[in-house]
Amino acid sequence: MKLELRALEKTYATRQGVTPALLPTSFTVESGEFVSLIGPSGCGKSTTLYLVAGLEPATGGEILLGGRPVTKPGRDRGMVFQNYTLFPWLTVRQNVRFSLGLARNRRPDPYSREAVHDSERADSLLELLGLADFGDAYPRELSGGMKQRVAIVRALVNRPQLLLMDEPFGALDAQTREELQEMMLLLQEHERTTILFVTHDIDEALFLSSRILVFSPRPGRIVQDLAVPFGVGRELDLKLSPEFLRLKRELFGLLHHHHAPARDRDALLRRLVHAHDRRSSAPPAISHP
Amino acid sequence: MKSAASVRPSWFSIRQPVPTWAYRTVALLTFLTLLAVWQWVSTRPSTNAIFVPTPARVVQIGRDLLHDAEFWSDVKMSFLRVTYGFLLSAALALPLGLLMGSFHLGEALIQPVTEFIRYIPVPALIPILMIVFGIGELSKVMLIFIGTFFQLVLMVADETRRVPFELVQVSYTLGARRDEVVNRVLLRAAMPGIFDAMRLCHGWAWSYVIVAELVAANEGLGYRILKFSRFLQTPKIWFYLLVLGVIGLALDFAFRVVGRRLFTWADTTKR
Repeated sequence: MKLELRALEKTYATRQGVTPALLPTSFTVESGEFVSLIGPSGCGKSTTLYLVAGLEPATGGEILLGGRPVTKPGRDRGMVFQNYTLFPWLTVRQNVRFSLGLARNRRPDPYSREAVHDSERADSLLELLGLADFGDAYPRELSGGMKQRVAIVRALVNRPQLLLMDEPFGALDAQTREELQEMMLLLQEHERTTILFVTHDIDEALFLSSRILVFSPRPGRIVQDLAVPFGVGRELDLKLSPEFLRLKRELFGLLHHHHAPARDRDALLRRLVHAHDRRSSAPPAISHP
Repeated sequence: MKSAASVRPSWFSIRQPVPTWAYRTVALLTFLTLLAVWQWVSTRPSTNAIFVPTPARVVQIGRDLLHDAEFWSDVKMSFLRVTYGFLLSAALALPLGLLMGSFHLGEALIQPVTEFIRYIPVPALIPILMIVFGIGELSKVMLIFIGTFFQLVLMVADETRRVPFELVQVSYTLGARRDEVVNRVLLRAAMPGIFDAMRLCHGWAWSYVIVAELVAANEGLGYRILKFSRFLQTPKIWFYLLVLGVIGLALDFAFRVVGRRLFTWADTTKR
């Protein structure tokens, strides 16, 4: 379903006064798109996600999902967090079915075709992600990668119109992360869910997205709207292709040219070296430029 | 330089586990040492046997008491008072603490007044309790209730607040209503901690029942200790004290076993 942000804005009141977290930002995500928000930490990309989820109130602007304004969290917008947010007292299967038992989602007749279908859907998603043998395990028995798979299945069981993902693979090791990226592509092709994905990993954004929005450092605004031309059926070795690397270089330049100049750093290093010199006659292992 | 394989935590490493047999041996040794000190003190010629009887004498007296119906009725009375007082306090502290831990307004409603009452020493309330509730069972149960409730309700609230906020947020995105977040998520997630708080409060309830019985009662372990002291029957006092220790230990153990059974999902590394 189409998502529209119109001049969305967020400021926080702090002791120093009003701090902007997100400057007025507008963009549109078409149905079925996989859009990544990328930028340095504190640029407001996660804030945007929490605003769209309805978990935090915006200070200005509006969010429209399928033409209807978003005011509070709801089952139409599933969310996967960076930290594992599984319910530790429920088994994997119970976690995945948690939403099915809630008053808003519950089927009036537990034996109706819809109810059986929901339940089968939960099971087949678990199977698809290689979790079939862990249905009765508790979250503490799972690895980080598995926990995150369960969290993704749990968010998808409800068939959300929009899936929000906040650095979902950020805490995983490089190999597990790539496994889950491939899995995400598979799910996206299969489910056609519209996805808004926050990351600071350029490779991840390029590999997964159909579009990338690049944020400037705090207070954030969008400095680039990049269409990713790779289409469907992506494989991991795409990350080595010249086109991929070219786009990666372009994004790298965008993300790093805002950095504060490093000229002060030399002076600071020199002071550090002098501090060493004064204490001992042996020169420290830092070469002078 | 030593190879990695030879790096083994010693028994004196901070927070490193020791073998079970070593743990138990040390625990047993502490008890035996205390017993030995007792034996030594009680057999010194300068010690008055009336004040400090020998362990053997206490065991002998205790064996007689175990066949005495009065002893068992004392245990029963104290146990019932603790149980009623504690159940009443748990039944009220659980919902109120959950309310306090979930909603800031709930906190404002209950917390400040609770903090205030908590600092009134419970024994100071005994005269008032006796005037209001009489000298019967009710005043004792109320003393235990007041002694534990105001502590427990704060602990329940704390445990509720300790539940990661992400669990609340994720529940909302899955379509949960506010009451479902409180009942199905916050309560469930806080339950192991709440259960542990109940275990601690139950221990305090035993202190308050003795206080209550020392002041005004016709039976119960505390009352009997006071009566023994009037007649200088110190071996019996010592035996009753040992019984109180054993009851406390046994109930604490029972709480732990039940807790471990109920909350198999919780992280077992944090005890």
